[in-house]
Amino acid sequence: MSLAAVLLEEVADPSRPWTFAFIGITFAAYLIIGWRSRVRETRGFYVAGQGVPAIANGAATAADWMSAASFLGMAGLISVKGSDGAMYLMGWTGGYVLLALLLAPYLRKFGQYTVPDFVGTRYASSTARIVAACCAIFVSLTYVAGQMKGVGVVFSRFLEVPLEIGVVIGMFIVAFFAVLGGMKGITWTQVMQYFVLIVAFLIPAFAIARILTNGDHSVPQSAFLFSDLAERLNQIQIDLGFEEYTKPFTSDTRLNVFCITAALMFGTAGLPHVIVRFYTVPSVRAARWSAFWALLFIAILYTAAPAVGMFARYNLLNSLHGAKIVETEVVPAADGAAERSLYRLESPKGDPLNWAYNWQSTGLLSFDDVDGSGTISLAKTSTEATIDKDIIVLSTPEVAGLPAWVIALVAAGGLAAALSTAAGLLLVISSSMAHDLYVQFVDPEASEAKKVMIGRVMILLAICVAGWFGIHPPGFVAETVAFAFGLAAASFFPTILLGIFDSRTNRQGAVSGMVVGIAFTAFYILGNQWDTIFDVTREAGFVRPWYMTRWFFEISPQGIGTVGMLLNFAVTLVVSRLTPPPPEEVRELVRNIRVAG
Amino acid sequence: METDSKDEGMAPEGAPSQNAEGREAFWRANKRLIFILLTVWVVVSLGCGVWWVEWLNQFTIGSLPLGFWIAQQGSIYTFVILILIYAVCADRLEREHGVAE
Repeated sequence: MSLAAVLLEEVADPSRPWTFAFIGITFAAYLIIGWRSRVRETRGFYVAGQGVPAIANGAATAADWMSAASFLGMAGLISVKGSDGAMYLMGWTGGYVLLALLLAPYLRKFGQYTVPDFVGTRYASSTARIVAACCAIFVSLTYVAGQMKGVGVVFSRFLEVPLEIGVVIGMFIVAFFAVLGGMKGITWTQVMQYFVLIVAFLIPAFAIARILTNGDHSVPQSAFLFSDLAERLNQIQIDLGFEEYTKPFTSDTRLNVFCITAALMFGTAGLPHVIVRFYTVPSVRAARWSAFWALLFIAILYTAAPAVGMFARYNLLNSLHGAKIVETEVVPAADGAAERSLYRLESPKGDPLNWAYNWQSTGLLSFDDVDGSGTISLAKTSTEATIDKDIIVLSTPEVAGLPAWVIALVAAGGLAAALSTAAGLLLVISSSMAHDLYVQFVDPEASEAKKVMIGRVMILLAICVAGWFGIHPPGFVAETVAFAFGLAAASFFPTILLGIFDSRTNRQGAVSGMVVGIAFTAFYILGNQWDTIFDVTREAGFVRPWYMTRWFFEISPQGIGTVGMLLNFAVTLVVSRLTPPPPEEVRELVRNIRVAG
Repeated sequence: METDSKDEGMAPEGAPSQNAEGREAFWRANKRLIFILLTVWVVVSLGCGVWWVEWLNQFTIGSLPLGFWIAQQGSIYTFVILILIYAVCADRLEREHGVAE
């Protein structure tokens, strides 16, 4: 850590004053917005008084949705996966079509505060409400820990502030606007955060598109489609022994890419922190339009990301393969880190590669001239470089030779992405605990003032728990986030959908469907991932029992949520028809939420 | 979408929102609209973007294989357009059947 901090000082020097300035200005803006949006009643606290215009809710939803991982990690992930990266691109956008057509308008018409509210009322069951609230808390908590860690990482990388202090600063900022303003404060800061993050993402994306196409294309999406970069990259990949970049199913089978894409899409439509955003608009019509704005705003980043991923991969391979080693510095072993070498490189064309030298200090990029040839090889079988996928977006401004203030802007964008997602998730945790569990079951007689007070206390509590997880991330967080989608697809999505579209679905059907869907999905995931989640090392010769293998048609655990969802649908529909129909008042409720007027 | 307006959806402007016939007709037309749009959704994303992507890659668009472009760009544009169509058409259906807010 201290080594990295010392070296970072050298690396980030020209951009650090800019970074301080941008982060200072954006944080001050978030605090001002938070102060101006403070609320006193529960409707304001949980659903922003249902007064958020469609387009503002769209921007807030987009910021809520695009996390630190979308902003910093996704282009890198696509760059590594090549064609198969499409599963994340489609998976994390396609669900909005389902939300807009199947869920958002009707849940807005229902018009309560939370997803468990709908499940509990539609199926007239406290059990269903408790199960839904616990699912919402579990999913959101695993997700939020990653965001707080992201805040800490940005601080430590760009401002040499220790990770812990970075997390605490982030917690303070979120606590300020979330505790005072609840959903209203969160919404309006998210609108601002959207603009910070999209500008921060697009400026380097446009610049690198322009540089790599020699000025022919400035828009990344058109450079992606019309320039010859894809052909050149395919050729380089083949020369180095990789598959073509545009060749599908190099990372997984067709069936698995299909199942994972579907699980991510249906999971998106079942995630409580996304659904709840549609409760904040003034009308059913506004719910539909805000889904449109949300996806449009998301698509701006999501169509630029694959372009950035492809450009960055081309640039890395093109400038690093065959690079000459000009000078070697040996960093002596210190702080428990082994001795290592830092290389000063020159591209095959003879240009100095300063960014490659700088990033070696962070440990995210390293070289080892194994064959002693004096040049770096990136060939598949004899690679001499280790490249962390996280540096793809972070290093783009330097690779493209952009001014220092752009690097600072990327840092502010990463923080905006992490904080906005964290705030949305924290509100779901708080509303599930305060509104769905505490007020419903412990103190139903609470006054309006007391309810808001409980909401504020719960959100503060959630922030502290999230911050603690951010500083001490349990090993299973990264694993579980990926599976949150599968579980959401297998539980919430079918239950809410049938609650609206099938008036014959009753409590017995919904509860058994949810139980079977979650149990099957969790059993399959836990069986397959047990060793990674709990960090178990098996002795040689350990024969994995059937339930620890991909026993269901070789489907990967990330895609199994799709099967769990189909099971949930089947069980719910059958059980509902074998048991008595729901009472007349529930049927009346269903008829009512289907139509706006 | 035009065909839906020929049905019993000719409720007079400003009719009371409680008219059961208009509500029934709206829901039927709405379900049909959703069905059509979701068919496009599944064919483009899971169909062209995943299942048939290798076959589609024999064609090119710009300088990219078609399947690859649909999977990484075209599908996302399609999603945005699908929601736009739904928002416009649902507004119209509500007005036609006299069930707008």
